[in-house]
Amino acid sequence: MSAERIDLSCELSGIRLGNPTVLASGILGTSADLMERAAQSGVGGVTAKSCGPEKRAGHINPVAVEWDGGVINAIGLTNPGVEEEVHLLREAKQRLTTMGVPLFASIFAPTVAEFAQVAAVISRGEPDLIEINISCPNVGDEFGTPFAGSPETAAQVTAAVKAATHIPISVKLAPNVPNIARIAHAVVEAGADAITAINTMPGLIIDPMAGQPVLANRVGGLSGWSLKPVALRCVAEIRRAVDVPIIGTGGVANGLDAAEMIMAGADAVGVGTAVWQRGPQVFALICEELRAFMEEAGYPNLQAMKGVALR
Amino acid sequence: MNGKKPFRVFLLKEKHRETVNVNTLIFDKPLDGAKPGQFVMIWLPDIGEKPFCVADDDPFTITVAAVGDFSHAVHTLGIGQSAWVRGPFGQGFIIQGRRHLLVGGGYGAAPLLFVAKQMVSRGHAVMACLGARSAEDILLADAFLDAGCEICVTTDDGSRGMKGQVTEAVAAALEEFKPDTLYACGPVLMNSALAHICREKGVLAQLSYEALIRCGIGLCGSCELDSISRAAAGIPSGWLICKDGPVFFINAGSRT
Repeated sequence: MSAERIDLSCELSGIRLGNPTVLASGILGTSADLMERAAQSGVGGVTAKSCGPEKRAGHINPVAVEWDGGVINAIGLTNPGVEEEVHLLREAKQRLTTMGVPLFASIFAPTVAEFAQVAAVISRGEPDLIEINISCPNVGDEFGTPFAGSPETAAQVTAAVKAATHIPISVKLAPNVPNIARIAHAVVEAGADAITAINTMPGLIIDPMAGQPVLANRVGGLSGWSLKPVALRCVAEIRRAVDVPIIGTGGVANGLDAAEMIMAGADAVGVGTAVWQRGPQVFALICEELRAFMEEAGYPNLQAMKGVALR
Repeated sequence: MNGKKPFRVFLLKEKHRETVNVNTLIFDKPLDGAKPGQFVMIWLPDIGEKPFCVADDDPFTITVAAVGDFSHAVHTLGIGQSAWVRGPFGQGFIIQGRRHLLVGGGYGAAPLLFVAKQMVSRGHAVMACLGARSAEDILLADAFLDAGCEICVTTDDGSRGMKGQVTEAVAAALEEFKPDTLYACGPVLMNSALAHICREKGVLAQLSYEALIRCGIGLCGSCELDSISRAAAGIPSGWLICKDGPVFFINAGSRT
């Protein structure tokens, strides 16, 4: 099999991606220019930074630091508010469409009703898909336990958002739950077209010399290398429970990581922290490495590889 | 896995007053691998975290203007007290050619002294144009002289050196000193003006930009350079000061 004949395309709820890499929400998704840059770097789909009902400055520094296992961050949902985000999305959509790269919005809100309102407004930006961020681990002081924490609350948000928009939705789940398959099942029953799994894992890093946490928010979300086994386990459990497309996200930094995520049952792979390690060109690099692996291993397309590790 | 901690602790060893609100802080050990033009994030627990240019690598040195609550706290650190450091980050200056024109606007002089010392140690010719509002704001002029540079000072009020903008001195220096490369650090308007001059005259230039830095590692998007500054210097869109910069190259093709 020659590398040129390997097909890296995939489909998420009727949206076609030239390759399975998706810029994860919260990374470089703050402006049309940055999203265009990701698109120019060979990404398959772009997710904007999460936006909520009102403008938020986010947490004070330190908001993100590197450590042995990747990155820990608590940016705190910095965003311009949904009205402004609509303009940003329109601008980004125009540029990405000419490049054949789909655009995903991402939304959060403090209540179920506001989730529906934000979804209705963000739809005016005409993203190809809306990711529902019910799992940000870094705003617990203000927002309480994330909606991703139980099947009931996750389903409530999903149903409310689904009723408020005609655009396909992907619900972004949290890893720190006792049974992620039950939550996946609940959101699909409530109308989720896809699932993004997972958000970062809540963690705490302490500086012993300072005698205190390194982040101003104290706790933060772990991403990068240390998250990958957790993400693979979650994606595998979700894939056994539901049939909707999964954007497998967590610790994917190279082509083999992407292959593993697809073997666990993902349709596409979110990439975030690896932008820090390998720069915006990470998407093209992952595709090149994935293609080489598939050629070597004899997989003609992603479908042939999807879920093989679950058999 | 190498046991990497997010921050390294440095102890303050010496402190020198440069101007009424600027101090140079010298710490107890080198900052490995730091190049002129790169920056670090300094964290003081319970107070905050902000970016600072590296003013020297061995021992690690910063030159700090007290302009806000956090820089005031760094400024007033006592001898023996700790600063938590992550970095160095970003793309620094690269010495190109043998005749170098340095342009420091206000506090921008600090990282330029670091590169000036490296240039002089290679036997290169260095001229530093330093501009500020007033005589008491001129930073490190004696240090540039001691390092073996020619200097040219401008002040807005004419209280020291030439009266006027540092960019006027630069225009003259380009004609008379004939540098191979111009290196600048200062306010964005100064950078834009220099970019204009250098693009017009085809002069190699390396401009250092400053920004509100949050993550410092190219993820959060907070430090994207604004479109007006970008257009003035011909910088590509989506350019992140913390990762792609802080130093941008003009007329260099690709960095070497």
